[in-house]
This record gives sequence, C-alpha cells and structure tokens, in this order.
Amino acid sequence: MQLTDEEVRHIALLARLGISDAEVEKFRNQLSSILENMDILQQVDTSGLEPTSQSVALENIYREDETGPSLPVTEVLSNAPAQEDNSLKVNAVLE
Amino acid sequence: MNDLHRLTIHEAHALLKDKKVSSVELTRSVLKNLEAVDSKVRACMRLTADTALESAAAADKAIARGKASVLTGVPMIIKDNMCTKGVTTTCGSKMLENFIPPYDAHVVEKLKAANAVIVAKANMDEFAMGSSTENSAFFTTHNPWKLDCVPGGSSGGSAASVAADETIYALGSDTGGSIRQPAGFCGVVGLKPTYGRVSRFGLVAFASSLDQIGPITKDVTDCAIVLNAIAGHDKRDSTTVPLGVPDYTRALTKDIRGLRVGVPREYLVEGMQPGVRKAIEAAIIQFEKLGAKVDRKVSLPNTRYGLAAYYILAPSEASANLARYDGVKYGYSYRDTTSMWEAMEKTRQFGFGAEVKRRIMLGTYALSAGYYDAYYLKAQKVRTLIRQDFDKAFDSCDVLVTPTSPTVAFKIGEKADDPVQMYLSDVCTLPINIAGVPGVSIPAGFADGLPVGLQFIGKHFGEETLLRAAHAYEQATPWHTMKPAIA
Repeated sequence: MQLTDEEVRHIALLARLGISDAEVEKFRNQLSSILENMDILQQVDTSGLEPTSQSVALENIYREDETGPSLPVTEVLSNAPAQEDNSLKVNAVLE
Repeated sequence: MNDLHRLTIHEAHALLKDKKVSSVELTRSVLKNLEAVDSKVRACMRLTADTALESAAAADKAIARGKASVLTGVPMIIKDNMCTKGVTTTCGSKMLENFIPPYDAHVVEKLKAANAVIVAKANMDEFAMGSSTENSAFFTTHNPWKLDCVPGGSSGGSAASVAADETIYALGSDTGGSIRQPAGFCGVVGLKPTYGRVSRFGLVAFASSLDQIGPITKDVTDCAIVLNAIAGHDKRDSTTVPLGVPDYTRALTKDIRGLRVGVPREYLVEGMQPGVRKAIEAAIIQFEKLGAKVDRKVSLPNTRYGLAAYYILAPSEASANLARYDGVKYGYSYRDTTSMWEAMEKTRQFGFGAEVKRRIMLGTYALSAGYYDAYYLKAQKVRTLIRQDFDKAFDSCDVLVTPTSPTVAFKIGEKADDPVQMYLSDVCTLPINIAGVPGVSIPAGFADGLPVGLQFIGKHFGEETLLRAAHAYEQATPWHTMKPAIA
C-alpha cells in the first residue's frame, strides 16, 4: 500500500493535524511501510466472525442519575488557555 | 539504617510497623538515592520531595495510631499519565507540559487513602506511545543496567526508577506491553492486570479498550500487595468489573505441583536473541523441577496477526481519544491566529510529537470512509480470533509462559527512526492486551549483561494463579535479588 502526498494531506486534514511539506514526505514513506505490514490481515479468513470491540463481557452499564458535588468552575477552567466570564474563550466559529 | 531505599514494600512495612524505621527516614533514604542516581538514569519527570516528606510525616502519625496498611508510609512513583491533583501531569507531551489536574486518578486516590508517599512522577513515551521512552517530548530515560541502553517503554521511567532503587515501587500503564516490556528490560516485576480489574478513571486515555494500570515492583509479593490496593470496581469507569478483590498475597503458596504450564510455540519467534531463548529454556526446566506439567505443544495460531491487528486497533482508538486536544479546554494552544481551524491544526502540529502524529494519522486512515471495513473492522474480527486462541489454550493450561520481548534492551537511538522495528519489540506482549487477559513479566536471567524478562499469561481475572506461578519461579531463582551497579 503506497500512499500519495495527496492522501497524506487528506488524512492530516481529517485529523485536523497541521503538516509541513517535510512531514508529508516522511509520513508518506513511514505510513506506507506500516500499512504494508498490515496487509497480512487480508490473508485471514474472518467470514462469519463477529468483531470484538472490548474484552470484558459487560454491556449497558446503568446507574441512578444522582446529583453529587462537582468541581467548581474556577478549577475546571484553571487549565484553559483563554477564558472570559467563567467560560472558555474561543476564536469565532462563524465568520 | 543504610540502604533503606533498597527495601521491598513488605520489608519496609515490617520495619515501619515495628517502629524500627520511620516513614520520614525511609523517604529521606529514597530521595537521597534518587538524587544521587537520577542524573544518570533520568527516570523522573518531576520530583515531589516536599509533599513526600509531608505525607511521610502524616504516615508516621497514622502508624503511631495503629492505622497502618501495608502501603502506609512507603515511597512510590507514578507514571506521568495518571492525574495527580495539583501536580503537573504531562503524559510525556508538550501538549500537556503545563497541565495541572484538578482531581486525582482513582488509583492515586486509593494510594493517598493508604497514606502512600508519592516521591515523583515518572518519564514515559509521549501519550504512552513507544517502547523506549525515546518518544518522551522532554528527555530519554536510561537503563540502570547499561546506561547507553533504553529502559523500554512506555512506562520506562517507572521501571527504571524501581530497578535503580529510586523508589520502593511504581505504577505504570500498559496498552500493548508498556508495563511488562520495560519491567523485562530493567529486571523488575511488572503486571498488566485483566482488562476491567483496575479503574482507568484519571488515566490519560490512549486506547480505551486496551489500556490498563498496574504495579511495577521489586518482587512478586510486592506486585500482589499493590494489586490488592488498586484493584476493584469504580463507578466512574464502567469497564471495571464488579467482582470482589481477593487478597492476592494469599495465592503465593510456592506450590505449583501439577500446575499446567503451556509454552506457546508461536512465541519462540524468529529473530529472538539466543540469550533470551536460553533463559526461557532454563525457566522451563525450572518449572518441571517445581513439579509443574509443562506442555510445549500449545498453539496460539493467530499470534502472527497480533502486531498488525494491534497497530490498527490502538491507533484507531487513539485518533478518537486524542481528538480532545484542540487548544480550547486545556493543554498547549496556538494563539497566533483568529481562525478556529488554523488554531486547532497548529495546536496539534506543534503540541504532538512525531510518533503520536503517526498513530493519529494511521488511526484516522483506518477509520476513514472506504477503508473502515478493510482495516478497522477486519482487525476487530482478527481480535476475536486471537481471543479465541487464548480461550482454547486455557482449556488445557492454567498459565502460559513466553519471553516478554524477543530481545533484551537495545541501544538508545538504535530503532528510533524505524517505527516497524520498534513495534516488533512488543510482539510478545500486545496479544495479551488484545485478548484482555492478565500478564506479568518477572526477571529470568541475563543476556549480554542485560535482564531477560519472562512473561506469564493468565485467564481473565486469573491473577491469583498467575502470581502464584510467577512467585514460585521467582523464589526458586536468584534473579529478583540482583541489583544494577549504576555507572
């Protein structure tokens, strides 16, 4: 599986990962080589098999919706890069 | 008393309980040795010496009141991906360089409740992605046995700190071998519990269906002691299983007569170092001497697909988990633009290191339209096969034994530019995470002057049998008593 520069840029865009021209070339080669190693999976007959998404036999965990103490807003915002009026401050979403 | 830092938990507890030593004395000894050797080993991301001595004084008071548990007053180190309230938790990343958690991880709460003494946060590969600590955004940790070699990873700081007696024990996390492989490389004991045994609340998420927290200790008894303290149900992690927690130390009877020990042939892989093979062969003979029934014909036929399946599943989950680092809520934030998208893209470009970006891209690709079925869904089906392999093997075996890694610790820089070679270092450990079963690495000799790790694999929630087997082997061999001469 040989990726193209365009594919690498497209994946980076999907992941919202800024990427330099030098990184495009490096990741194109490295990801292609990693994906080549993944091709071995295509040899496996998985017909009729269910996928496994996790390994414990638990499902649908419910609990009572009880109120309890939560962190104060000041602590929640203590790591925020920018804040105003007890809220996170972000760049304009609609321009 | 000299050399208190060399003690195990159970040895330290005996002295503390009998008031032969105070926690403050023990903590001072640990900090003194840490300060002497860490300039060479570089296991610690951040020292918490001041609060450690306060905790030690509090522990001494608890002991005086007769309120000591086995971990009370015993110094320990936490991998830097577990949240510690008020203490920076970097996860080895520029992204979280200044992140100060407003709460403790579940395991940290449990340790604090036991009056444990936290002396440091440990270095690690960025976001736990790596096998050498070379992916730490800050510095590389050195193997205490040979300083020009890696300690393994991603919990390399935790494992090296235990091997170098910079602490009495440590916590690590393991997504594909990140506790066991560095424990093996550093000659200490490292357990990845069954998925669901220990709460992941407050652990920075990497691959949520694979991540598990576990102990890194100087012997198997300590491993059982720490597991006792951290295991159990937590309503804040719905994947923890509501099963009772037995006293794991009671399982350490040294009696493994009749125990069915399987040696899966697929794990004696090509490319395995002769010294590693020799150590494993010697271990097998030791099991027979101890009266275990060794079966060398056990087969886990889908082992060869483990690496490929893992490197689709783990990066896919990581790409989703790491989407939260957007420069808005916490962490590094690129501010030099008014564009929302540019800010997000540059935050992630400058905040993440190369391996993290590689895995985010790999996962994004495997989950993207047109490739989901061929990669992600396929890998999930192969996961079913790998799980079934273990189920079948455990029909005829009580425990499986394999090398922890095909080689001993490699030189710093040797594999840093070759991701595929680096990934192969975890080929014996990652199927265990895929299946969710528990695995422990313990010291089993040396090759080229470096420790060899022996991995025991148990059934789901079969930690008692797993630790009993590991303990019986440990007590019959001298390896766990050997210490590196750090130079």
